[in-house]
Amino acid sequence: MANFIDRRLNSKNKSTVNRQRFLRRYKNQIKKSVSEAINQRGVTDIDSGENIIIPKRDLSEPTFHQGGGGIKDKVHPGNDQFSTGDKIPRPPKQQGQGAGQGDASDSGEGEDEFTFSISKEEYLNLLFEDLELPNLEKNQLDKLIEYKTVRSGFCAEGVASNIDIVKSLQGSIARRIAMTSSKRKQLKKLELALLTLNNDKHDNIQKKRALVAEIETLKRKIEKVPFIDTFDLRFRNYAKQAVPTSKAVMFCLMDVSGSMDQATKEMAKRFYILLYLFLSRSYKNIDVVYIRHHTQAKEVDEHEFFYSQETGGTIASSALELMNEIICERYDNQWNIYGAQASDGDNWADDSPRCQTLLEQQILPKSRYFSYIEITQRAHQTLWKHYQQVEESHTNFAMQHIKEVADIYPVFRELFKKSTQSAA
Amino acid sequence: MTNYQNEKTQKIKITPLDDTPDWTFELLGQYQYEIARVADFYRLDTYTNQIEVITAEQMMDAYASVGMPIGYSHWTFGKKFIQTEQNYKRGQMGLAYEIVINSSPCISYLMEENTLTMQALVMAHACYGHNSFFKGNYLFKSWTDASSIIDYLLFAKNYIAQCEQKHGISEVEATLDACHALMSHGVDRYKRPQKISLDEELKRQSERAEYLQSQVNALWRTVPRKEQKENEKKYQFPKEPQENILYFIEKNAPLLKPWQREIVRIVRKISQYFYPQKQTQVMNEGWACFWHYTILNHLYDEGLVTDKFMLEFLHSHTNVVAQPEYNSKYYSGINPYALGFNMFIDLRRICEHPTAEDKEYFPEIAGSNWVDTLHFAMENFKDESFISQYLSPKLIRDFKLFHIHDDSDNNYVEIGAIHNEQGYKKVRQNLANQYNLSNIEVNIQIIDANIDGDRALTLRYTPHNDVELGDSKDEVLKHLHYLWHFDVKIVQETKSGEDKIIASCPQKNKDD
Repeated sequence: MANFIDRRLNSKNKSTVNRQRFLRRYKNQIKKSVSEAINQRGVTDIDSGENIIIPKRDLSEPTFHQGGGGIKDKVHPGNDQFSTGDKIPRPPKQQGQGAGQGDASDSGEGEDEFTFSISKEEYLNLLFEDLELPNLEKNQLDKLIEYKTVRSGFCAEGVASNIDIVKSLQGSIARRIAMTSSKRKQLKKLELALLTLNNDKHDNIQKKRALVAEIETLKRKIEKVPFIDTFDLRFRNYAKQAVPTSKAVMFCLMDVSGSMDQATKEMAKRFYILLYLFLSRSYKNIDVVYIRHHTQAKEVDEHEFFYSQETGGTIASSALELMNEIICERYDNQWNIYGAQASDGDNWADDSPRCQTLLEQQILPKSRYFSYIEITQRAHQTLWKHYQQVEESHTNFAMQHIKEVADIYPVFRELFKKSTQSAA
Repeated sequence: MTNYQNEKTQKIKITPLDDTPDWTFELLGQYQYEIARVADFYRLDTYTNQIEVITAEQMMDAYASVGMPIGYSHWTFGKKFIQTEQNYKRGQMGLAYEIVINSSPCISYLMEENTLTMQALVMAHACYGHNSFFKGNYLFKSWTDASSIIDYLLFAKNYIAQCEQKHGISEVEATLDACHALMSHGVDRYKRPQKISLDEELKRQSERAEYLQSQVNALWRTVPRKEQKENEKKYQFPKEPQENILYFIEKNAPLLKPWQREIVRIVRKISQYFYPQKQTQVMNEGWACFWHYTILNHLYDEGLVTDKFMLEFLHSHTNVVAQPEYNSKYYSGINPYALGFNMFIDLRRICEHPTAEDKEYFPEIAGSNWVDTLHFAMENFKDESFISQYLSPKLIRDFKLFHIHDDSDNNYVEIGAIHNEQGYKKVRQNLANQYNLSNIEVNIQIIDANIDGDRALTLRYTPHNDVELGDSKDEVLKHLHYLWHFDVKIVQETKSGEDKIIASCPQKNKDD
């Protein structure tokens, strides 16, 4: 006795709950892995998920098991050279003793790692957990309405390129069946009658001939029903749907004067990557504008931005001016504008008040958010002091001080942490 | 039986079954019918078969829940799932062709991707091989209750889900972690467990929870604390050492909440359910392999399956029962499928064509009816006793088995015995010991719960052959401490006869 059951259509993601439990349990390790992985990405590479690596040691489930020492007796197959009483020097590493997971050493090679992938969504969620975009509510009001064409059923009229063949042929079949059914019924009846006549002992030639003729006409009538008719045609129908746009532009401003070395730039780069990833959670299209400056500002591409060296003094206001110009030229009020400025704090002392004015009067009113990070080991200079005044009077401006690489992620979190009272 | 006779009379005009690679339910039915007929001919007694066709993804789900068709939610199953999925995607492993569950009706999973031949192999292997083993072997008969396991697992899943809602996921998770760490010490090895039944379980559950709590409270309330001197104990508790640690915890841990006791009980019951499978791996797989081999060959002899079918079947079969040699890079210990299969084949040979050597080693069975002998062997042994009873010199020679004696006091390992006249018995004895759970699993027993004093729990580790307790002992003790709530320690007797503490939780900063 056996019953066959087809379970293939049952839900297959029985383990999803357990997978979530696993992620929840190892959140800390996974988060660590995620924030380490950020260093290896380009600024705009956000499409991929991430491989998570956790040392197996952290995952092991301990049980009582036998350890080393003592006497162990083992039987193996395939003896090709040994005789009773042979003494073999112990192999350097104990092998095949089946002692289990406990043997993994803390140091050195041979420690297994547990690697698995998480999706892009899971990756971003972990990276930016508890963070939120400042002034998001305001943004949503500002978002412009755009239209998207979406499928919406079928209609009887349309252009030829939109013909839906399957639907049309279904219509054709239905029409033909409907139009010929009574004739077919009659045809069957006549054919049956003809059959009985044929089987009859008598000749019945007259009757037969009449029947045959009648059958012929019926068949012709059935054939005359057209295979396809304009009535059958069905067209795919499209409708326009309003979608809020999600356009944002991110300005990366960086000081590239002689005092900014490559290490400082790398730190700034990480900050920009984080910002980009973070923005990409809310906006579909993000423009990135790179502006670098020493005494003069210049718009450049990503590579030049990070990897070319300039010498000379520093006038930060030049970059802000350029940013303001670009906004006026290219990014009208349909765009969500974000600014991020990185510097080592050096600025020509007389220029700092000008930076403050530019920010307060020109840039901040147009921007959703502007953040300033200062990467330096030294004491703050004039720029920091003036920016502090800006911070006091504006909610969409934030500044933080970064000393070393490890500060970046915490500082970023600090800048964007969820405010307890929602931004009005 | 009547079917078989009918077939015999028509034998002349037999047409072989279809051997297209793609299976259909109709074809599966035909094969199943023929296999059932042959199984019946060889007196294989089985639970009713419930054969479920599933996809590869579902197979991975089944893997993750260690073969339980219904499992409660826990991260460790998620980890297993991710591991399986990764390995499978990278092509490092194929999935098993089948999973079979010791339940009544006996559930077996067939994978959609298998060819028709593979499905036939799997049906013969799982639905008749494993199934008859589950029903016939003495360990399964007396230790598990196939008819109620599905209900019980369902009860467990719902109960734990309920607990999560009431007490939070983290609490439940911590309790389950602690129980899992002690899972292999949650079985009664010698005492026959109670049968479990869903109705009773539900009826008694709340009642039991209250009762247990009141018992425990009473126990601790009666402790007279004032007049007792610190080290003087009024009575020993527990009276005898307890090897079932989880059972002891469930009944006696002072501060466990009722729902936690129930979870301890669930883990304990599930551990108990899997206990016979641990002890009969070689036999169980060997038996199933022997029968898929015998049944399909029987069908071939009758002309019911084609040469093409047999070639594909033998290809898979040979892969399954291959035994790499000790110096092969594929070697990872003795393959239970290979050992078990060859032992049953050899047993049949001893019955049918005994040599002089067989008659000397196996006087009772040489020349006996092989079907009777095999059934007897399947029903009354576990791996350890099966090997020490039936491993023949011929098989030792075929496998070229040799025994290595490894004493950590020496800087060499010694060949204890090889496949020759002097070595047969020693090799056999050592191989059997290798499957003796009391040698493999750690012997740890609760010897004292100091209920007059600080409520410290003491366990004793009794080493087998002086093998030390593995490094993870401190981690496991943390889990035990979580359940017991007071100090726990493990002691081991030193050579001078004193007890030495080898691990404790919370850890004490004292030198040894």
